[in-house]
Amino acid sequence: MNTSAVFEKARAENRAALIGYLPAGYPSVAGGIDALKAMVDAGVDVVEIGLPYSDPLMDGPVIQAAVDAALRAGTDTTHVLRTVEAVAETGTPALVMSYWNPIDRYGTERFARDLASAGGAGAITPDLLPDDSDEWLPAARAHDLDTVFLIAPSSTDERIALTAEACRGFVYAASTMGVTGTRDQVGDAAAGLVARARTVTQTPLAVGLGVSNGDQAAQIASFADGVIVGSAFVRCMLEADSPAEGARAAGKLAADLAAGVRRR
Amino acid sequence: MEPPVSESSVTSGPGSVGRPGGADRPGRFGPYGGRYVPEALIAALDELDREYQSAAADPAFQAELDGLLRSYSGRPTPVTEVARFGAEAAHGARVLLKREDLNHTGSHKINNVLGQALLTKRIGKRRVIAETGAGQHGVATATAAALMGLECVIYMGEEDTRRQALNVARMELLGATVIPVSTGSRTLKDAINEALRDWVTNVATTNYVFGTVAGPHPFPTLVRDLQRIIGVEARQQVLELTGRLPDAVAACVGGGSNAIGIFHAFVDDADVKLYGFEAGGDGVASGRHAATITAGAPGVLHGARSYLLQDEFGQTIESHSISAGLDYPGVGPEHSWLKDSGRAIYQPVDDAEAMEAFRLLCRTEGIIPAIESAHALAGVRRLGAELGPDAVILVNLSGRGDKDVDTAAKWFGLMEQ
Ligand SMILES: Cc1ncc(COP(=O)(O)O)c(C=O)c1O
Repeated sequence: MNTSAVFEKARAENRAALIGYLPAGYPSVAGGIDALKAMVDAGVDVVEIGLPYSDPLMDGPVIQAAVDAALRAGTDTTHVLRTVEAVAETGTPALVMSYWNPIDRYGTERFARDLASAGGAGAITPDLLPDDSDEWLPAARAHDLDTVFLIAPSSTDERIALTAEACRGFVYAASTMGVTGTRDQVGDAAAGLVARARTVTQTPLAVGLGVSNGDQAAQIASFADGVIVGSAFVRCMLEADSPAEGARAAGKLAADLAAGVRRR
Repeated sequence: MEPPVSESSVTSGPGSVGRPGGADRPGRFGPYGGRYVPEALIAALDELDREYQSAAADPAFQAELDGLLRSYSGRPTPVTEVARFGAEAAHGARVLLKREDLNHTGSHKINNVLGQALLTKRIGKRRVIAETGAGQHGVATATAAALMGLECVIYMGEEDTRRQALNVARMELLGATVIPVSTGSRTLKDAINEALRDWVTNVATTNYVFGTVAGPHPFPTLVRDLQRIIGVEARQQVLELTGRLPDAVAACVGGGSNAIGIFHAFVDDADVKLYGFEAGGDGVASGRHAATITAGAPGVLHGARSYLLQDEFGQTIESHSISAGLDYPGVGPEHSWLKDSGRAIYQPVDDAEAMEAFRLLCRTEGIIPAIESAHALAGVRRLGAELGPDAVILVNLSGRGDKDVDTAAKWFGLMEQ
């Protein structure tokens, strides 16, 4: 199933889709794959696989810690693609979440080709604007890949429209102004942003940044088409005593969140 | 005669000589520059760009900035001919130093910061943040914040807070909060990451006073225009002193602000050679250096496309230099374009060469330079050999060495470790 089909199915079931993030290579390539599979088994509909990068300026301390560890362990782009392949085999859409430079360095066309042949669904690019995507968009389209860009509460209506236009799969709506990390409250800004975006696009709108439990997921699911969870999954892994326990904890969290997106 | 300050501040808008070959989009220098940042920052960058354009066209803003540069920072800074240094180091060529070391707070960084702090007030924000490596930009920002009554937070790599403890104390004395950054390599690049994270979170109340000509648009243009004053003054001063233009202009390159500041007024003078000297650390071959243009490859770091030190997978490689102010794996996009277009030449100077030039200037002229600036002085030794005794070489002495006495004393074995 591709990403759009997942969102259609969720809509048909009158619920939001659940999107779960982990960086590749943490605690190891195999350990990361196991955890992602546990998340899929527990109800994650779309997987985001982070490409560990040395300068993750959109990420808070939790994701930074995991990404640092993954890089120290030698994780590189080929391991990310291997992780994509393993998750894609489950039939769940797997998108890579990457800062732009690693893709640029790998070669935009080569990355699109290798991601597609690994079975990847597409990529989320938090520091690439559609304005600068003259290479990425044609390459992604040529390989039938989703392109997900971000909108933020500070985005003008004009920029929301321009960004949504370039998105395929879904539009990533940042819930608050800030970096990744769990928050007690997921701001009202998200609802306003989604409402503004609704007026200009048919593409599904998924909200991320700060969501950590089923109740928050339910709240977001009441107005958005998808709920994105990252740091909370990573925290499960960071706090676990063993990789197996981390995967179990991530699976348990996924089950709570999956129930949440059905409680809208 | 004093060169006029007024014509030298914010004057060159988009499409100026700083973009040889022209750019089809704002903030682009050929293929370099642009904005590679989270969408959440775009509104703030647009606001900054808009306010800057309007300030640049506003005589009242200009007058206020010119007044501060004159009465607070001490501009215009003099040009000093250093004959003994020229004889010893440059094969007898005439060496002229543009004395940015004589600015208030001890370096060129104040030129940029006064302009950006005024812009912050104009935008109506009350809080400024900045990154700092050596601490010079942090001190300058803390100074301007104190002067203008702004709250000030400085991000500094934990490693650098140790190397430059005195500057941490200076910033705190000035009322700033210094936050040590313990992520990544714990140096300047990580301080920039952390400052950008703060900015994304607090953008409604906060302005980011970026310290060099790197980062997302409009910073490379904005900071360049605020630093142009160096070259505008120097060009006229050299003409008055020697009756002609210099054969070469030399500057050290970290992010590239002092270099672009002195280069810019000479870009259209085709006979004036422009030389940027990067930090060669232990030597480029050793892999431990900060020679971004010499040894790096184009890519994206901190919001702009430019040369950077990166591995085959696009991960940033940590830089090394005895000079904290040059210890940065990136460089401003306009330098990348000046390099590719052949208009400027960039060469590495290693730690040992820089320290030798540092000592030579102390001994021959009674001027203790910043170690950053000593890289440019070391470059002059090569230029002297190349250009001969009739040459006139203008060097940007970007800062003074008070902050570096500890490092230098250790290097030369004057102190117990
Ligand atoms: C005296 C001095 N020169 C040069 C630099 C390098 O910066 P830039 O290349 O932006 O001039 C610094 C940075 O801290 C500095 O303090």
